[in-house]
Amino acid sequence: MKMNGARIMLECLKKEGVDTIFGYPGGTVINIYDELFSFKEIRHILPRHEQAGTHAADGYARATGRVGVCLATSGPGATNTVTGIATAYMDSIPMVIITGQVPTPLIGNDAFQEVDIIGITRPCTKHSFLVRDVKDLALIMKKAFYIARTGRPGPVLVDLPKDVQIAQTEFVYPETVEIRSYKPTMGGHPRQVEKAMDMILDSRRPVMYVGGGAVLGNAAEELTALCRELLIPVTTTLMGLGSFPENDPNSLGMLGMHGSYCANMAMTTSDLIIAIGARFDDRVTGKLTTFAPHAKIIHVDVDPTSIKKNVRVDLPIVGDVRDVLIKMIKQADKLKDKVTAFKTALAPWHDDIAGWKEKHPIGYKNSTTIIKPQFVIQKLRELSDVDAIISTDVGQHQMWTAQFFQFNKPRTLLTSGGLGTMGFGLPAAMGAQVAFPGRQVITICGDGGVQMNIQEMATLVQNKLPVKIVILNNNFLGMVRQWQELFFDKRYSSTCMELPIDFVKLADAYGAKGFSTSKPSDVEKIIKQGFKENGPVIMEFKIAREEKVLPMVPAGAALNEMVLNA
Amino acid sequence: MQHTISVLVENEFGVLSRVASLFSGRGFNIDSVTVAPTNEDGMSRMTIVTRGDEQILEQITKQLNKLIDVIKVIDFTDGSGIEREMALIKVTAEDENRAEVLRVVDIFRAKIIDVTPKSYTIEATGNPVKIDAILDLLRPLGLKELVRTGAVAIGRGAKGWKG
Ligand SMILES: Cc1cc2nc3c(=O)[nH]c(=O)nc-3n(C[C@H](O)[C@H](O)[C@H](O)COP(=O)(O)OP(=O)(O)OC[C@H]3O[C@@H](n4cnc5c(N)ncnc54)[C@H](O)[C@@H]3O)c2cc1C
Ligand SMILES: Cc1ncc(C[n+]2csc(CCOP(=O)(O)OP(=O)(O)O)c2C)c(N)n1
Ligand SMILES: [Mg+2]
Repeated sequence: MKMNGARIMLECLKKEGVDTIFGYPGGTVINIYDELFSFKEIRHILPRHEQAGTHAADGYARATGRVGVCLATSGPGATNTVTGIATAYMDSIPMVIITGQVPTPLIGNDAFQEVDIIGITRPCTKHSFLVRDVKDLALIMKKAFYIARTGRPGPVLVDLPKDVQIAQTEFVYPETVEIRSYKPTMGGHPRQVEKAMDMILDSRRPVMYVGGGAVLGNAAEELTALCRELLIPVTTTLMGLGSFPENDPNSLGMLGMHGSYCANMAMTTSDLIIAIGARFDDRVTGKLTTFAPHAKIIHVDVDPTSIKKNVRVDLPIVGDVRDVLIKMIKQADKLKDKVTAFKTALAPWHDDIAGWKEKHPIGYKNSTTIIKPQFVIQKLRELSDVDAIISTDVGQHQMWTAQFFQFNKPRTLLTSGGLGTMGFGLPAAMGAQVAFPGRQVITICGDGGVQMNIQEMATLVQNKLPVKIVILNNNFLGMVRQWQELFFDKRYSSTCMELPIDFVKLADAYGAKGFSTSKPSDVEKIIKQGFKENGPVIMEFKIAREEKVLPMVPAGAALNEMVLNA
Repeated sequence: MQHTISVLVENEFGVLSRVASLFSGRGFNIDSVTVAPTNEDGMSRMTIVTRGDEQILEQITKQLNKLIDVIKVIDFTDGSGIEREMALIKVTAEDENRAEVLRVVDIFRAKIIDVTPKSYTIEATGNPVKIDAILDLLRPLGLKELVRTGAVAIGRGAKGWKG
């Protein structure tokens, strides 16, 4: 059937199984909106800012594992998506971003609301397409989704000029797609896996260092099975949290700058690090020259560029984490006797770890007069559903969430790790709630970052999305203040939010419920009340203003040079 | 160390800028770059001359391969490739110089492609080291203008890039 480009675009989304898009109208997408008006198979959510729409599509993708989709008009609409695209890119989140563009004959003429969005986003997209002929549109959409979700996932941008949306052609959606220049290696090499298992069984101080790849590759189950079978201690990055249950005795918690003492000590004294979908970020390794000085390194990653980028690697395995873990489990099965001997030989290692856990557990000093943020997080864990989805913003509250919430299931923590984007938490939670209307979705924010996309309160109320917004209010840009306290002689330059905001009134203005307290004894009551509400809620906790996130590895220091709790 | 890399790419919109911005965005050096279509439909070939230690070169190759439009990356290390470059060189050629310029041109099997009473324009081809050598000899005679194509490279032996 003949259709216009706008309609074809929507039909392609339908073919890809997209049920929701987050979009904002404007001149160069008005034809798409006209088609959407009567296109009932796709739900359209109107955020109050394109940045938030992009984060919402991202949150949707992180929570579901499917490709998130957002739509924006050309020019300012498109540039507003850039922070959201970069956020998704840094954390390898599959997304398709559709932007309107001025009509093809006007491209390059500085037309009204023209911007070279492909050029602007080139460094922060996995790939991008400018559609110049409506006949190419269906194939480009097919490729865009395929590229976004396969290999190392990432955002793909499709720039769609207005005249292409109007032009008509026959709609045929390609059944399959072949890109000769894009063939990610998914199967891990069997010989390498055998070698890896030999190295593992020869080691005496092994650590699994697990990253976001285990979440992205849906490998939590296999990872958990293998580590439980071999009794290998597991530490995860911020992005890997939830891929291995933190309530398992072999969990070391998060490693790195704000990681646990035991995780960082284990890395420093390990003789074999098995990196699974993790990219040796500088927040994880600390000073590179002193990183894991005694360890051999096995690195499993689908993206060859992640391997040997920052650290030397003894055994690289390019491939999908799930595939490789399944092969490892099979290989371990074949070596039953060796495995038994290996597990016995790990006893002293387990003792060392138990000792570190006992010596410096993740902890804090509670108070009866002033709310400690860590206490709020612990109460949230206690009172929330087991399958609750938590998003965070960026700052101290994010790290306290990572340290104290205890994540046991994958895709229950949505957080901006690589870019560290303030303003991410609320719209990401919104996207997750759209995907899972029946699940509890909680966003934990700071007083600073929550104000970067606070306008989305309106979207939540309008669409009856009952996101629970927790604000840990220290009236500071707390994470920066912490650095100023520790490294800049307490010169709090522009980190004090001098104007106190009445968040209860603000909730009220949007037609939502708001609660606030500064009393520790009220914390539980307010969380319970908030969770009971059917609609979106703000719960503000006025916390100890100068509480620090500890432990901390100062930037540039070695992993075992942690500043610990007093 | 200097390396010559061939990159076979889809002849897609924007592919040159993707490669260029990869190098600038990641702080890799480009000494020269050339690009033109090949005998295969929709395929272009870039030759990039770059510098870096082994680890940097490995990243460059991997990062290039990661670009969706890149079909193949060939690193011509240790003499596995043959390189050629062309230079157009305008030199001052007056009185006593004229004969000397001609001698240099002759020794290097270069060609004079334009002549005026005061100048010669020379076309020289060869491997980049040879081009450097002819330039070293011509420079003292009065070099007015120089254009180099940058190196192109192809693998030695009977096999094509597909093997
Ligand atoms: C304020 C702040 C503090 C932070 N502090 C810490 C900290 O203390 N500790 C910490 O860990 N992080 C911390 N971070 C996060 C940090 O910046 C990085 O984002 C994080 O460490 C990267 O995690 P990752 O290595 O798991 O990589 P990700 O970014 O999750 O990358 C995933 C890797 O897996 C690969 N991959 C993807 N899919 C697959 C698949 N299917 N199969 C195989 N491989 C796959 C990718 O190629 C990539 O290499 C902090 C961030 C902020 C904002
Ligand atoms: C968009 C953006 N701007 C600036 C920063 C730098 N930054 C990181 S954490 C932080 C403070 C966040 O303050 P708040 O939201 O109140 O959270 P807190 O640290 O107090 O918990 C800042 C400014 C950032 N990460 N993102
Ligand atoms: Mg704050």
